[in-house]
Amino acid sequence: MTTVASNPAPSAADLPPAVRELIGKPQYEEQSEFPIEIGYVYNTCAATQNGNPLYWDPKVAQELTGGRIALPTMLSVWMRPHYWAPGSSGERKALMTHFDLKELCGLPEAVVVSNEAIFGEPVHMGDVLTTRQIVRSVGELKQTKLGEGRFWVIDVETVNQRGEWVGTETYSFLGYRRPEAKP
Amino acid sequence: MSAVHSLLAREVKEGQEVPPLHVNVSATTIVLGALASRDWRPMHHDKDFAIERNGVNNIFVNTPNFQAWFERYLTDWTGPKGRLGRMTFKMKKSVFPGDEMTFSGKVTRVSTDDTGCHWVEVDVAVSVAGALTTEGRAKLALPGTETDNPWARKGPNWKP
Repeated sequence: MTTVASNPAPSAADLPPAVRELIGKPQYEEQSEFPIEIGYVYNTCAATQNGNPLYWDPKVAQELTGGRIALPTMLSVWMRPHYWAPGSSGERKALMTHFDLKELCGLPEAVVVSNEAIFGEPVHMGDVLTTRQIVRSVGELKQTKLGEGRFWVIDVETVNQRGEWVGTETYSFLGYRRPEAKP
Repeated sequence: MSAVHSLLAREVKEGQEVPPLHVNVSATTIVLGALASRDWRPMHHDKDFAIERNGVNNIFVNTPNFQAWFERYLTDWTGPKGRLGRMTFKMKKSVFPGDEMTFSGKVTRVSTDDTGCHWVEVDVAVSVAGALTTEGRAKLALPGTETDNPWARKGPNWKP
């Protein structure tokens, strides 16, 4: 499997050992909860008034991509869990590594600073995708407009059932605590 | 020859502007986008939560849905053979019901890689009432000829 990874700045020297342990190690290898299906493709096109015939006309899809595919920018859609499933209690969350970092760093609030996606093989109907999350860097503790916090970068690498690289999404977050909050 | 018409790489020049797109945003626009992207977080459908927890005046467009809007904007311009290779963006301000989003784009680079794939790089932005809310950059593959098809590229012949 050949994937594409981001190239962030080096991590800070003042990190708790448990955070340092996470850096560079694949976490939470997970499969999409259902095979890729056209209903969500239509939902996305409808939500953005996207009339691209590649997604609406099976003949165009056959000609260009050998069958129906999902929009590349739907990459993250397939890996978000259902809000509820049998046996679960409470809300289920995507990108658990991010929530682990918030907990380990003692930073209860977070915002997405930037997002980059690199797209590989098209995602076809019926594909089953697998992702893994990799912390690439965690910055030093610093004062920001929102409060004291750290910037961190997480890659989510996705492959299909044939092991072909489908895409990599890189999320940059600021985890912080509000000025009035105690650690 | 394909009956599907798309923009060809030779028709694009550096400095060229992508035609703007104007979108009126309603609460329905935001909820549709959040649910289509399976983003169940309450600030994208629950106004009370957005006000009390996020300190804003209303629900707002979620990040994954912005990706889909940018894709729609760019492939409206390129046609169906335009294939996204890479996209990055930063959200500066949130977009709320009642806002009119204006998408704009400018070609910054036109190139051909060592596999013969033709690329265009575009700086993209969304503004509301003249104020920048989101900016980013996209890299798309375009066909070199009427018979070329970037979607047919695989493995070592796809270098986004």
